[in-house]
Amino acid sequence: MTSTSELSLEALEDVAKRIRRDIVTMIAAANSGHPGGSLSAVEIFVVLYFRIARHDPNKPDWPDRDRVILSKGHATPIIYATLAEAGYFPIDELLTFRQLGTRLQGHITTGTPHGVENTAGSLAQGLPYSIGQALAARMDGRDYRVYCVLGDGELNEGSIWEAAMSASHYRLDNLTAIVDRNHIQNDGFGDETLIPQNQRDEHTGAWVRADGHTANIMSLEPLADKWRAFGWHVEEVDGHDLVALIDALEQAKSVKGQPTVIIAHTTKGKGVSFMENNPVFHARAPSPEQLEQALREIG
Amino acid sequence: MASVSEKIAATREAFGPTLIRLVQQGLDIAVVDADLGVSTTAAAFGKEFPGRFFSVGVAEQNMIGVAAGLAGAGKTVFASSFAVFVPYRCYDQIRISLAYPKANVKLVASHGGLVTGEDGFSAQALEDLTMMCSLPNFSVIFPADVVESARAIEMAAHTPGPFYIRTFRPKIPVIYSDDFRFELGKAHQLRDGRDATIIAVGEMVYIALQAAEKLAAEGVQCRVLNMSSLKPLDERAITAAANETGAIVTAEDHQIRIGLGSMVAQVTAGSHPVPMEFVGVHDRFGESGKWEELLEHFGLTSNAIADAVRKAISRK
Ligand SMILES: Cc1ncc(C[n+]2csc(CCOP(=O)(O)OP(=O)(O)O)c2C)c(N)n1
Repeated sequence: MTSTSELSLEALEDVAKRIRRDIVTMIAAANSGHPGGSLSAVEIFVVLYFRIARHDPNKPDWPDRDRVILSKGHATPIIYATLAEAGYFPIDELLTFRQLGTRLQGHITTGTPHGVENTAGSLAQGLPYSIGQALAARMDGRDYRVYCVLGDGELNEGSIWEAAMSASHYRLDNLTAIVDRNHIQNDGFGDETLIPQNQRDEHTGAWVRADGHTANIMSLEPLADKWRAFGWHVEEVDGHDLVALIDALEQAKSVKGQPTVIIAHTTKGKGVSFMENNPVFHARAPSPEQLEQALREIG
Repeated sequence: MASVSEKIAATREAFGPTLIRLVQQGLDIAVVDADLGVSTTAAAFGKEFPGRFFSVGVAEQNMIGVAAGLAGAGKTVFASSFAVFVPYRCYDQIRISLAYPKANVKLVASHGGLVTGEDGFSAQALEDLTMMCSLPNFSVIFPADVVESARAIEMAAHTPGPFYIRTFRPKIPVIYSDDFRFELGKAHQLRDGRDATIIAVGEMVYIALQAAEKLAAEGVQCRVLNMSSLKPLDERAITAAANETGAIVTAEDHQIRIGLGSMVAQVTAGSHPVPMEFVGVHDRFGESGKWEELLEHFGLTSNAIADAVRKAISRK
């Protein structure tokens, strides 16, 4: 199968729902893992693996496959759940996540299981890797495309902007980066945009955590302008809108002479009320009761 | 003082609270954080002293530069992250901006070693101690429990120059009582014996004590040294151990080829060679799992230490 086999929009929505269920279930089973940044990227992964990317679960080494690079390598539940759903390995194996001896390591490692392209977990190494893959496609005269999924927090790292510079320098129009713009990183909100009113410091506007610590981690705005200044074509979409994502990714294919970045506006923890926009669930497993509630809400 | 207590704690927990006390005592401290302040407990300091706390985001290279600048302006600076990011992501910056100019910056790196657990290899620093011991001018400390961790941080704050202090994530039994005094460059003897010496660092110290107890039940008496001060290294204590007990076993949650074991062997090779065995990680990466399971899987257990002691003694 190449995933260009057109699933209906409804079918894609069902896949997204199943992937969300798998994500919370596997994290609860491991009692460890990163739900927030996995749930925010579900639609991005569904669209990539079930509509846009050329790939074949039976031929993970196919030289002409499109490459999906997960730069924020802690978000393993989203890539493992998607690969399982796409047929790369049995869905039951998700329950071995993070256990001693598992193929489903806490952070991604190349080729284990099949379908995982890169090794990560230390942030901001996926975009440079993607550039290498895009350059190799050009050297070999192959027409595969490279899709790199980035966290917004990881854009704090210098290596991202070094890579951003080289991608436009080399006019890599076979490269599309997708920023999961959920506004939350490890310790809290990156900037002020999405901080709930009752969690703001009245003078500075900064986020005040439940324990009283006040901090915004790092502001990124104006983000689209930054990418433009680095020579990229920029698209901004609702990152939970399947149609908008498909349109933007199709659009990127026709942009010539420069790389495209899609800033996908998302909600961290999307689909589970107590995880949504809640920094605590960056890296926390739901309790058994919370899992039940999460599965109920996802439906 | 040498008996393991009922209390359990992680060495990382000492960080924020100790710095808060130091500022209350009048030290001019600044803290720089790279989006891991909740885990390292730097955030607890930031809550208390927001004007002394700077978040640079996920940007370890920048963090080191900012820390160096603050130190250059006279501050006593603490910068923290996980041990896989500081020093790995910013080693060049550490070497140039901290080590050579002897900057007054203390790196407190949490989540060292296999015991970081489920995140797996990318989060398990197993080479950091070597990297940091390799740099001239740096002092390197790997405390065994939360009390020693607090004392080491206090000492570093009061001692000019760059420090690297590794802490760990899981809660383990507390070894020291609150009146413990940390001395830089001094091994701390937790138990004496004539048959062999176990030299350990970090959480392996308490596991070494368990091994020594097992061996004592068989009539094998071990000296146990906590070598938390890896640099400067207490060469006299190592040579004395070789001299007086005739066999040495080292234990570390770190690569053995380039860690505590090789540093100890270098000392004994030059002073008093004795049979040695090395408990630690043997040229592999870590993997995902619960921390207790990982120690078992990688052979970092009291049984492994006891076996190593028997083997070293048999080679006397
Ligand atoms: C180099 C590096 N520094 C620090 C970390 C620790 N860390 C893990 S996830 C994270 C926040 C990432 O935020 P973001 O990229 O926005 O991911 P998301 O919110 O989508 O999960 C941090 C700081 C890391 N993995 N790598």
